[in-house]
Amino acid sequence: MKKVYVNEKWCLGCHLCEYYCAFANSGKSSMIKALKDHHIVPRIRIEERGNISFAVSCRHCTDPLCVKSCISGALSIVDGAVFIDSDKCVGCCSCIMSCPYGALSHNENGVIQKCELCQKNEFGVPLCVQGCPNKAIVYEER
Amino acid sequence: MAIDFLYPQYEVIRNPQRCISCRACERQCANGVHHYDVDFGCMMSDESKCVACHRCVSLCPTRALKIVKTDHTFKENANWTGKAISEVYRQAGTGGVLLSSMGNPEPYPIYWDKLLINASQVTNPSIDPLREPMETRTTLGAKPQAIERDKDGNLVDNMPPQLTLNIPVMFSAMSYGSISYNAHASLARAATALGTYYNTGEGGLHQDFYQYGPHTIVQVASGRFGVHPDYLNAGAAVEIKMGQGAKPGIGGHLPGIKVGADISRTRMIPEGTDAISPAPHHDIYSIEDLRQLVYSIKEATHYKKPVIVKIAAVHNVAAIASGIARSGADIIAIDGFRGGTGAAPTRIRDNVGIPIELALAAVDQRLREEGIRDRVSIVIGGSVRNSADLVKAIALGADAVYIATAALLALGCHLCRSCQTGKCNWGIATQRPELVKRLNPDIGEKRLINLLTSWDHELKEMMGGMGINSIEALRGNRLMLRGIGLTQKELDILGVKHAGE
Amino acid sequence: MRYVIIGGSAAAVGCIEGIRALDKEGEITLVSSEPYAFYGRPLISYLLEGKTTQEKLLRYRPADYEEKKGVHALRGVRAEAIDAAAHTVSLSSGETLPYDKLCLAVGSSPFVPPTQGYDTVPAKNCFTTLDDALALQAMLGQDKAKRVLIVGAGLIGLKCAEGILPLAASIDVVDLAPRILSTVLPQEPAAIVQKHIERAGVRFHLGQSVTRFERNVAHLSGGDTLAFDVLVMAVGVRANTQLAQTAGLALERGIVVDEGCRTSEADIFAAGDCTVSLDPDTGKRRALAIWPNASMQGDTAGRNMAGGHAVHDKGIPMNATGFMGLHLISAGSYDGEPLLSRKGDSYKLLYTRDDRLVGFILLGDIDRAGIYTALVRERTPLSTIDFELIRETPQLMAFSATERAMKLGGGAL
Repeated sequence: MKKVYVNEKWCLGCHLCEYYCAFANSGKSSMIKALKDHHIVPRIRIEERGNISFAVSCRHCTDPLCVKSCISGALSIVDGAVFIDSDKCVGCCSCIMSCPYGALSHNENGVIQKCELCQKNEFGVPLCVQGCPNKAIVYEER
Repeated sequence: MAIDFLYPQYEVIRNPQRCISCRACERQCANGVHHYDVDFGCMMSDESKCVACHRCVSLCPTRALKIVKTDHTFKENANWTGKAISEVYRQAGTGGVLLSSMGNPEPYPIYWDKLLINASQVTNPSIDPLREPMETRTTLGAKPQAIERDKDGNLVDNMPPQLTLNIPVMFSAMSYGSISYNAHASLARAATALGTYYNTGEGGLHQDFYQYGPHTIVQVASGRFGVHPDYLNAGAAVEIKMGQGAKPGIGGHLPGIKVGADISRTRMIPEGTDAISPAPHHDIYSIEDLRQLVYSIKEATHYKKPVIVKIAAVHNVAAIASGIARSGADIIAIDGFRGGTGAAPTRIRDNVGIPIELALAAVDQRLREEGIRDRVSIVIGGSVRNSADLVKAIALGADAVYIATAALLALGCHLCRSCQTGKCNWGIATQRPELVKRLNPDIGEKRLINLLTSWDHELKEMMGGMGINSIEALRGNRLMLRGIGLTQKELDILGVKHAGE
Repeated sequence: MRYVIIGGSAAAVGCIEGIRALDKEGEITLVSSEPYAFYGRPLISYLLEGKTTQEKLLRYRPADYEEKKGVHALRGVRAEAIDAAAHTVSLSSGETLPYDKLCLAVGSSPFVPPTQGYDTVPAKNCFTTLDDALALQAMLGQDKAKRVLIVGAGLIGLKCAEGILPLAASIDVVDLAPRILSTVLPQEPAAIVQKHIERAGVRFHLGQSVTRFERNVAHLSGGDTLAFDVLVMAVGVRANTQLAQTAGLALERGIVVDEGCRTSEADIFAAGDCTVSLDPDTGKRRALAIWPNASMQGDTAGRNMAGGHAVHDKGIPMNATGFMGLHLISAGSYDGEPLLSRKGDSYKLLYTRDDRLVGFILLGDIDRAGIYTALVRERTPLSTIDFELIRETPQLMAFSATERAMKLGGGAL
């Protein structure tokens, strides 16, 4: 299955992935409409220190601890990818407790969010990957 | 603070309706043009630092940025132009030699643009390269002067060493030091994939790139940086650099700040020391001296590698080339005055040397007249911008061309001509690790391959149009060219007729 | 292969998924005493609070889950005895169910300490099942007029308090321990949480027990009396071992299982709150009555029932919860050197021992807490990471470049 992989060697720390992520999941028709004067809370996040930087988002583990920990059944695996049904989520944060990558977070409304590989938005392919100027984030089979 | 006489050349135009303050511009500008102002809650710019490299423009996700030339002006003066005035100010302020990079940008004639290519009509059919075979493979090197047979009458293989190019384009010399590791990696990988060659320049060969040796030309320049037997034997050919089109007659200077651990090891000089290439080779004062070096290299490489001698196109280039052909060199490389550089004194770059088109025509003509044209191959560089320039160069007599500026453009260079600052935002002409990583060779290699693949398609289209199906038949075929808007003298030197003739 | 699973919560679902990971064909029969589809029991407080609905709660797994997984579910049926020799389970329906592999995922039950006058209390309930929640909801009604007394200031009691906050006129909580959440938190963070909950109007009576009930009045050991309309007993839970006893399984405070979730009887497995297993840290067996552990044990049991070789030896105590908007995540043990940091309203306490992070407590800012959890679970030597960095904020930057490349470049943890 295709997943998002990160190679920090090529990460420029430009943070564009975060903005593309926020846009992709905004439901808005343009990045300007989605993000102008807007504090973004993306599902992919850059860690940086000195000259090292890299993006972190859901790894879509084969044996995801978040899914096992979820008390509401909001997290589930569909065709190898981990999705969240925010309607079912009660915000107990068991997933935040469990994820070894720190890949789940609260969105601006306090609801848990995570990378869903842009499968649930209109793009269908991860926009962070498309927006990465240096192939530091790739979407491929490994 | 003293008065700054200089007004910024460029303006950063930010469309506030489009800017989302993502700060990508700020993070990507090594010159520190952009910053986010917390009090105003928006992005601001300091255009005095802008070099118009367009990194911010290219990465802005909402296309909120553009760079424009300022319309701030001096009182109009055709003689004392704004540029001329500003240069005086700059020198009066610093007392220094003006430095520039990349090729001569001044409005001298571009002869490529005054040459037109022929096509077949009716009497000799054109060829469709999609349907019929078309040979763009080229071999470079001295050709045998006579057929030799052994005592039994069998043919003796007396073919001197050759370079085989799938497409008559090579990547010309750019040293590791002047350009980055990742730029070299991109060139090396692309040359290998394309079946052509890249050139180490005078900075030696990084140990990681020995694997690309069969597609590498190793250079020996006046500084002799990184030259040792393994190096000479690692490449497919050895190039002796006598001169460079961007700065004929002068040497080079890689500042110590760029000589980090890797470059120090590759160049075989201490870390942090300036790498100074002298203006002349201190052991070459004549063609005979050159011949000694050519043969020293041939000895060192067991006569298995062609030796290239590279010179800048200068006034008496034809005579010099004739001497080189007689020195034992297998290939002559001529670099026109538009050829690029990582750093050169502005006055030299902009005023020394001659156009490559004229130099090529003169050299090819001279070697033919002297009957030694097949003793050497001719490779030219110094601003081959596209496949049409390539076709014209071959028709004027080149065996192949060198490209560097075009290759760098493919890698992202925006010709801001600020290489000498070492802060290349595109990760090309820099050694700063955080900038070098901006050029991912996976992308760079692909873009170079794309560029030459498209040129190859176009080359075949144009050859087919002329009814020519091999590079051999195009080489020196000046009948395929006509001049436009040229004087009789220019036409004579180029050896072409005027359009309509 | 005939699989029988007894139980209807996390461990049972884990078991189904574990079996199906390896065996798509075998017959699975599920026996659950509850009449409902699978649901997350910890969700019942959120149900009362209005953060979820009964319909959503019962969609823990999709409606067609059992059909898709090939599970034959007997719901509202109680397993009464196991004949380990004959490989059969007798059910409350009178049926006898044969099995090849059996999994006990029977959970735990609330423990109600014998208290004088308990019988005289007219409205009382525990708080562990959906039925409990529905009954409590009915007792409280809609008029926000009932005074509630909760005995037990542990997770169940306090989540109950949070859940019924919008429904109750007042809430009093009594606990014998001198602090709230005594099994989860030490003094200081417990006090912070307590203050936060008190601000929402809940009153605590700590260090006291109820000595006697008198209809709607509780007499406390400290001498006070508390009047109430509804009583919730949330003192604690005990593993359900009665059924295991009929099979003659080795028992301690729960069914004894190894790291493969095997019981002392071949072909009988057990998972979840009803079990006790070895704590590699102390060398003693202990219960880990938490959802993720039940789920993972179930999965391990299931895989091993289907002939696999799964091991679950990384179970650690951990809790993610929150009260009235204050997030709380804790994991591991607190037997180590405490490293405290407070930033604004956030509170962080890390415990290290022998070059390891052995436990932590986060209040408020819980962002990326799982990175800490992983350090505890994986017993990562702190000397292999930049601990100063990770101590500041949970981050992958603290790991070596190689480790990061593995984590982000494809290596699954």
